[in-house]
Amino acid sequence: MSILVNKDTRLVVQGITGKTGTFHTKQCIDYGTNVVAGVTPNKGGQIWEDTVPVCNTVAEAVKEHGANASVIYVPPAFAGDSILEAIEAELPLVICITEGVPVRDMAEIRRRLNFSNCKTRLIGPNCPGIITPGECKIGIMPGYIHKPGRVGVVSRSGTLTYEAVWQLTQRGHGQSTCIGIGGDPINGTSQTDAIRMFNEDPETDAIIMIGEIGGNAEEDACTYIKDHVQKPVAGFIAGASAPKGRTMGHAGAIVSASGAGTAEAKFAAMEDAGVSIARNPSEIADALLRIYKG
Amino acid sequence: MNIHEYQAKRLLEDYGVPVPKGYAAQTSREVETAISHLSDDGKIVVKAQIHAGGRGKGTFTDGYQGGVKVVDGREAALEAAGHMLGNTLVTAQTGANGRKVQTLYLTEGCEIAHEYYLAIVLDRETAQSVIIASTEGGMDIEAVAATSPEKIIRVPIAPTLGLRHHHCRRVAFELGFSGDQVKQFARILTGLYNLFWEKNAMLVEINPLITTPEGTIVALDAKVSFDGNAIFQHPDIMQLRDLNEEDPKEVEASKHNLSYIALDGNIACLVNGAGLAMATMDIIKSFGGEPANFLDVGGGANEDQVTAAFKIILSDPNVEGILVNIFGGIMKCDVIARGIVAAAQNVELNVPLVVRLEGTNVDAGKELLRTSGVALTPADSLVQAAEIITQQVGAKHD
Repeated sequence: MSILVNKDTRLVVQGITGKTGTFHTKQCIDYGTNVVAGVTPNKGGQIWEDTVPVCNTVAEAVKEHGANASVIYVPPAFAGDSILEAIEAELPLVICITEGVPVRDMAEIRRRLNFSNCKTRLIGPNCPGIITPGECKIGIMPGYIHKPGRVGVVSRSGTLTYEAVWQLTQRGHGQSTCIGIGGDPINGTSQTDAIRMFNEDPETDAIIMIGEIGGNAEEDACTYIKDHVQKPVAGFIAGASAPKGRTMGHAGAIVSASGAGTAEAKFAAMEDAGVSIARNPSEIADALLRIYKG
Repeated sequence: MNIHEYQAKRLLEDYGVPVPKGYAAQTSREVETAISHLSDDGKIVVKAQIHAGGRGKGTFTDGYQGGVKVVDGREAALEAAGHMLGNTLVTAQTGANGRKVQTLYLTEGCEIAHEYYLAIVLDRETAQSVIIASTEGGMDIEAVAATSPEKIIRVPIAPTLGLRHHHCRRVAFELGFSGDQVKQFARILTGLYNLFWEKNAMLVEINPLITTPEGTIVALDAKVSFDGNAIFQHPDIMQLRDLNEEDPKEVEASKHNLSYIALDGNIACLVNGAGLAMATMDIIKSFGGEPANFLDVGGGANEDQVTAAFKIILSDPNVEGILVNIFGGIMKCDVIARGIVAAAQNVELNVPLVVRLEGTNVDAGKELLRTSGVALTPADSLVQAAEIITQQVGAKHD
């Protein structure tokens, strides 16, 4: 059953008629994801690719087509608004793929997510998405590198995650769910949130955390791991060689001028929490398989 | 995105925050004009404008000391300006090569009764704006935080509610203001917050915020930086960008939608994905090499982009080898391989090139590279790729 998405997920695609939305929706449908509707304002009533009904609003997609998750392929200027629309339609899961959402928009969205009656879990933005192999793929990750199994993977990265997943799959170990939480400094789901869900999931036996420089996400996760997680955990942090004060591609990947958010600090936190550490990206699966036999 | 102090001060004025009278100048004629507006009877401050701090303690490459000079009258201001304009200033934050000073800011001097620190930042951990204030202004705030944390005031502001007057009063009283100064301070903090929020700033920092002996509160310095994701919404802010303060290779890269950062080393990398690109730099370093750059070609990586990337990489005279690391997900390895081959034929490739491909259509991609005639070494894994390139580059030095 894994976490958050499975064969019962009914997906609405916000931005389905755009080039990116169309391309990736086709790939997800080919993988087996159940796409029940799309949303593009003013194109309500059309049928996308002769298969998927398009609605004007998310609320309509929920009401008419029973959507219970959304993925957002909307440009940065409007993505924040799309997220808020999905939250107000009370979707339990919203995944925002878009890179370049203004940080201020995300600060406001985080506030909205904290409302006591909020029903939504947001993943992203600036993320590859989420996949439960064999059941449901939402996002831009290549399906074929994954294999159903019992290792939970959470990561701030995209292609670096695919490296780790491919290593695992080739060694015969499949994944329960892989979550890309994305590279932005303010996002909907943290490393800790994902690890908590994996910890409580009876179908996940081991966890891999892939982090980057910048912020406290991995340190906070290690505090949680130390106090609550018995399952084997392995991890890697990218960016040990990055200079201070520069944003390394991902908006959240920056070691501050005062030295906060370094790779060393994160590796040290992992050490302290008993996480098996990969010192280079080719050894992420190895780091797990040292302590987990499957 | 960063801006100069004189640009930040203009924004502050737009938002009702008092700053000393000042004028920017980029030529000696403009310097003369600026100085003519300032009083000969008082102090004039001549300030080098660069996107780096530590200007006051910096030294110019010809030996002239100090990028911020407080002088008496116009003659002395003219002389200081003459030393600074067009000269190269090295500070603790510029790196050893320093930064050429193309703009000066000439302002009237201010009598200072007390220096305070006041800033607004967006805190990623709590996703809130935070007002940071201290009675210990005019110094390195990190040092104050380390030695006297009790002297740092922090007030979080919820994004959807914004700054309210009670926040302003609280900070004012904690800084020791009373009477009319509380009102002055509230106006200033409100102006700074409105600038911060309306223009999607990541940081608005006034260090020092001063009181004059008469009790007037003035912003003596200003540092403002903006969220790169949001400046497209602010054409007026985009106009403030100073390309001279940016590495020309980085400027060129952004024109091709490449994410590129110049570093000091000699092994260049070209990768798809920021996390994988950082990890590639890391592994080069772990094999004893020094990365020359960070470069993320993103999810597209068509032939034009790969060509542009190679050109930018090869324009760096320090580059002695290139490592291409691509994990093709949706992007197919044979498409990338064609891009690499075409690019390598478009540029003069005279350094070792190691290419590691993995993912979709990897066999077709590898075959294309093998039969291309381009001088490159294929690698099957990232470890092998890093090992080979560091050996090949190292071998050149033997």
